Amino acid sequence: MSTFIAITISGLALSAVYFLVASGLSLIYGLMDVLNFAHGVFLTLGGYAGWELAARLPAAASPFGFLLTAAAAAACGALAGALTEVLLIRPLYGRPLGQILVTIGLDLALVGLLLGGFGSDSRSITVPAWLSGVTTIGGERIPGGDFAALGAGLGVLAALTWFLRRTRYGIIIRAGAENREMVSALGINVGRAFTLVFAIGGAAAGLAGLLNAVVFSGALIDPVQGDQLLIFAFIVVVIGGLDSLSGSAIAAVLVGLVQTYVGFYADSGAGLAQLANVSVVLLLAMVLLIRPRGLLGRTT
Amino acid sequence: MTAGGLDVEPAVEPAIELAMVRADIAGSHILQGVSLRVPAGGVTALLGRNGVGKTTTLRAVLGLQPATGTIRVLGRDVRGWPAHKIVRLGVGYVPEDRDIFTRLTVRENLRLAEAGTEPRYERVYELFPELRQRSRQLAGTLSGGQQQMLAIGRVLLHERPLLLVDEPSKGLSPRYVGEMADALERASTASTILMVEQNVHVVRRLARHMAVLDHGQVVHTGDAAELDDEDLVRRLLGVAGAA
Repeated sequence: MSTFIAITISGLALSAVYFLVASGLSLIYGLMDVLNFAHGVFLTLGGYAGWELAARLPAAASPFGFLLTAAAAAACGALAGALTEVLLIRPLYGRPLGQILVTIGLDLALVGLLLGGFGSDSRSITVPAWLSGVTTIGGERIPGGDFAALGAGLGVLAALTWFLRRTRYGIIIRAGAENREMVSALGINVGRAFTLVFAIGGAAAGLAGLLNAVVFSGALIDPVQGDQLLIFAFIVVVIGGLDSLSGSAIAAVLVGLVQTYVGFYADSGAGLAQLANVSVVLLLAMVLLIRPRGLLGRTT
Repeated sequence: MTAGGLDVEPAVEPAIELAMVRADIAGSHILQGVSLRVPAGGVTALLGRNGVGKTTTLRAVLGLQPATGTIRVLGRDVRGWPAHKIVRLGVGYVPEDRDIFTRLTVRENLRLAEAGTEPRYERVYELFPELRQRSRQLAGTLSGGQQQMLAIGRVLLHERPLLLVDEPSKGLSPRYVGEMADALERASTASTILMVEQNVHVVRRLARHMAVLDHGQVVHTGDAAELDDEDLVRRLLGVAGAA
C-alpha cells in the first residue's frame, strides 16, 4: 500500500509538470487559436536559464537560491513567449498554417542553437540537497522533488484561476477566447492580452522545464528535453479540451497517473516500461472516441 | 429633404462623416461608395432593406470592417485605425446580435466595458434593474431581452459622445422594446446615436434624422418625420409605414 502511495505521489508530480506545460498551450489556443509548437523550446530555455543562474549563484543550493533559479527559468520562458508573439505570431493571426510552420521552425532553430552553444551533453543544475534527497513517509521514501513539482503545479493552478477570475486582464482573456472582435469594440487592445497570454504560458513552461529537469531527469538539462515533454503536454491538452484550463488540469492528473502506474507495474511485472507511453496514447484514443472535443473542451 | 444628397444638417460639425466608403465581404461589393454626414446630437436612423450594407456601414465606422474612402469620427480621420482606438474616442457599440460574453457573468460583462473614469453602475442599474438582480448570473443564461439590456448597459456605463446601435429591437418582446427605447431616448440627450433599425415605430419615436441605404449607397437623407409619408416608406424601404 505504501508503495502505491509513493507511486501516486510521483504520478501527481508528473501531472503537475504536464499541467504547467499544458496550461500555457491551452491558454494560448483558447484565446488566439494558435497551436504553439515552439512551446517545447520555452521549457528548454527555462531549464538552461535555471542552470546558468544556479551555476553563477553562490547560494544556489539554498532554498532561496532555488526560488531565484525557478524565477529565472520562469522569466526566461515569459520573455521567450512574449517575443515569439510580438515578432513571429502577430503578423500571422488568422493564418493557422503559417503559425504552425513558424513555430515549428522556431523550435528547430532554437534547439539547433542550444545544441551549437551548449552541446548535446546534459548539464547538471545545482539544487538544494532536500530537493534531490528523499523524505520518508509511512516507511516509503518520497523524492523531495515530487513535493516541489506538486507545490509548483498547485500554486500555478491557483494563481491562474485567481488571475482569470478576479483580475480585469483575466476577464479580458476569457472574453477574448469567446469573441475577440467584441473585446476590441469595447475599447480594449486585445493585442496586449495576446502578448500577456504568451508570456504567462512561456513562464509556466520555463518553470516546467526546470522542474522536469530537476525532478525527472536527475537535475540534468539537455537541448531536446522540452520537445520530448511537449508531446505529452499536447496529449494532455487534447484530452482536457483544447481551450479549457480546467480540462487541462484534470487531463494532466489522468495522464500523469496512468503513465506512472503503467510504467511501474508493467516494468516490475513484465519488464515492459515502454507500455507507459502506449497507455497514454490509448487513453487519448479512448477519450476522443467517447468525447471528440475532450473532457471539458468547447471546440473540436 | 434631399434625395441622394449627403447633408442632413450641414451647419453642425458632424459626429460621423463618410465619403465614398467602399467595403467588400467575401468578394461581394457591400458598400459601393457610402457618403453620409451624421449630425451631432440626437438619433439618426440608418434604414434600408436587408443586405444593403447597414451593419457593414456601422462596422466600417468602428474599424471592424476594412474599408476605403474617408471615415471621420468625432472630428478625427480614423481610416485604418484599430477598433479599440476608435472606441476610445468615445464611441459605444451595440452590435446586431448583442455579442455579450455568454461565459462571463453580467457583472463581468459590465466590468469589461469600464474605461478609466468612474463607471456609472447606478445609472445602468436604474435603467435596467434586472441587471443588478442578475449580476452574478452567467450572461449566456439571460433571456434575449435581458441580453439586449446588458449590451446597451455596457455602452451606457460611461458617457460617450457617439453610440452606434445595430437593430436594438431585433427579436425582443414588446415589453423589452419599450424598455430599450426608453434607455436610448435618455441616452440620446447626451450622445449622438447612429441607429440601424427595422422597427418603424421605434425609429419614429427616437430618430430625428434618417438616411436610407440601397445597393451599398445612401439614396436618401432627411428628417425622420418623413416616415409618416406612406408612399415614401414603401418606395424606399419596401414596407408599410404603419407596420
